[in-house]
Amino acid sequence: MLGEAQLSDKENIAIDVRDAVKRYGDFTALKTISLSIMDNEFFTLLGPSGCGKTTLLRMIAGFEAVTEGAIYLYGDEIENLPPNKRPVNTVFQNYALFPHMTILDNVAFGLEMRGKSKSEARKKSGEMLELVQLSQFSARKPSQLSGGQQQRVALARALAPQPKVLLLDEPLSALDLKLRKAMQLELKHLQRETGITFIFVTHDQEEALTMSDRIAVMSAGELQQLGAPTDIYERPHNMFVADFIGETNLLEVSVDGIDNGRATCHLGGGHELTCNAVDGVGVGSKVHMSIRPERLYMSAEPVETEGLHGRVKDNIFVGTDITTIVHLDEGPDFVVRTSNSDRGNKRIFEPGAEMFVNMELGAARLLVD
Amino acid sequence: MANKQFDIKSYPGFKGITLLCLVILYAPLVVVTVYSFNASQSLTNWEGVSLRWYSDVFTGPESGKFKTAAKNSFIIAIIAATTATTIATLAATGMVRGGKFRFRTVSFGLISLPLMVPEIVLAVATLIFFNSIGFERGLLTILLAHIAFCIPFAYLPISARMQGIEDSYEQAALDLYATKRQAFTKILLPLMMPGIISGFLLAFIVSLDDFIITNFVKGAGVETLPTAIFGSVKQGIKPNIMAISTMLLSVSIVMVTISYFVSKSDNTK
Repeated sequence: MLGEAQLSDKENIAIDVRDAVKRYGDFTALKTISLSIMDNEFFTLLGPSGCGKTTLLRMIAGFEAVTEGAIYLYGDEIENLPPNKRPVNTVFQNYALFPHMTILDNVAFGLEMRGKSKSEARKKSGEMLELVQLSQFSARKPSQLSGGQQQRVALARALAPQPKVLLLDEPLSALDLKLRKAMQLELKHLQRETGITFIFVTHDQEEALTMSDRIAVMSAGELQQLGAPTDIYERPHNMFVADFIGETNLLEVSVDGIDNGRATCHLGGGHELTCNAVDGVGVGSKVHMSIRPERLYMSAEPVETEGLHGRVKDNIFVGTDITTIVHLDEGPDFVVRTSNSDRGNKRIFEPGAEMFVNMELGAARLLVD
Repeated sequence: MANKQFDIKSYPGFKGITLLCLVILYAPLVVVTVYSFNASQSLTNWEGVSLRWYSDVFTGPESGKFKTAAKNSFIIAIIAATTATTIATLAATGMVRGGKFRFRTVSFGLISLPLMVPEIVLAVATLIFFNSIGFERGLLTILLAHIAFCIPFAYLPISARMQGIEDSYEQAALDLYATKRQAFTKILLPLMMPGIISGFLLAFIVSLDDFIITNFVKGAGVETLPTAIFGSVKQGIKPNIMAISTMLLSVSIVMVTISYFVSKSDNTK
């Protein structure tokens, strides 16, 4: 970056969470989490409600104390700094725009509190409002703006003091679908433009996949998997991640043999499958396997030797795709998704028809536990 | 829309009872107000409209007494309401924003208890208190007593307002580099202002109108408007009492109306 040959961790890692634990009395909200968020990264904390993602965000912001462990911001421990001394700003879930102030004063607030003169703060805030395309509303009160506009004001307000890290607590959850999609792109764009590290909290896996450089999937106060969106989606580590991210076929399998990095597994009804071996899953283990529905396709005759024989139960038209429910001979049900754009190449069978379900080698993924 | 069958307006006797309640409540006030404009010496015979009794209040034989009493009343009401509102604002901040603390429920009870205690008991207790510490009765004792009993009246609208303000505003202020003090003065206080004004007006009216406690703790020769009116009435009711009552009533109505609109108004819009 910037042509420097080597960057120390101090410059490279924006937020370093080391063995952080959060307890409220007897309840443990976070169980020993460690993760490093890189400089200039769009990082997402993803998980269902109650998984501890917001708690972690509030610990970084300074609203919650760390019970054990420590959090470092560009190499400095921040535990003893109150929120107003941390160069970190938050976009709150309900925006928390100051209702008695104009939009311009809202955006200028952080700059003024940081000791900028009123005129300087206003000038800079005007530029921020331009960036989020709300200059014409600067004299209005927050309640006179729509939800999406308020959202952008909250963004401008949090970005105006140029924080080192921007924290976003489910900021899009109150918006309708169309606006949310538009804001996702805008957020990503803003992140690139400002070069500020974004830490985004959401329970919406699609949103996380769309925007993030890396995602930390959390559940029950624990980190389940950390990786790029493609890693998380295509190579889920465990049941929780496979099930939480996207739709998938979860099958109980037993591993019969591992040879040359490939695992031979069988599922109920005598069906056999070969997939890539995974660390932590040995011969003889009974585990789950995840196969994404769109990685499957159907054919009248087996393709190679891998085809699983079955019968079509139903076809469901869902706009862009057709979802086919397949019942394997004496085995589990399968969901196969065929994109409408693929209908030239891939076959759809009528309900009741016999056919084979096929997949490439990498499509099936063995899961730990 | 309410189902017509269950509409309370269709209940038998609804109109009659409503009318009866309104008459009982407001007829005396209407009579006093109307007769305050009577040209006659008599309390009951109507002899035409006149402002005679109003001018009597300001220039008549009792005018000096009433002027002093009115001045006392307003000075006490302003100081008592201001002090009580300040204390109530701090109390509300502690109660609503202080998180959970021991004796929180007890604290709330202690703040609002004076509203439930019979005023005569409070009056006697206050009098005994001042006597036992040897505090000479006069304007200052009235003022102190008024500050004390005005606090719960000021507290209620302020704390109600404060409960409606989410703490994320203060958190956002802290997050944007404001100190705790700045978060309070720049964010919380302006948002609480309608509650504070409403609390002040309520405390003001309660202080201005108070008779029982004032009558107990006032020293000899010190009068507020209500005690002066009472003293005057003891020597027989004259129409000038009606005029002065009507004026007091108007002040109350104006205050209560302002208080109502302020508490309804939302400075967040």
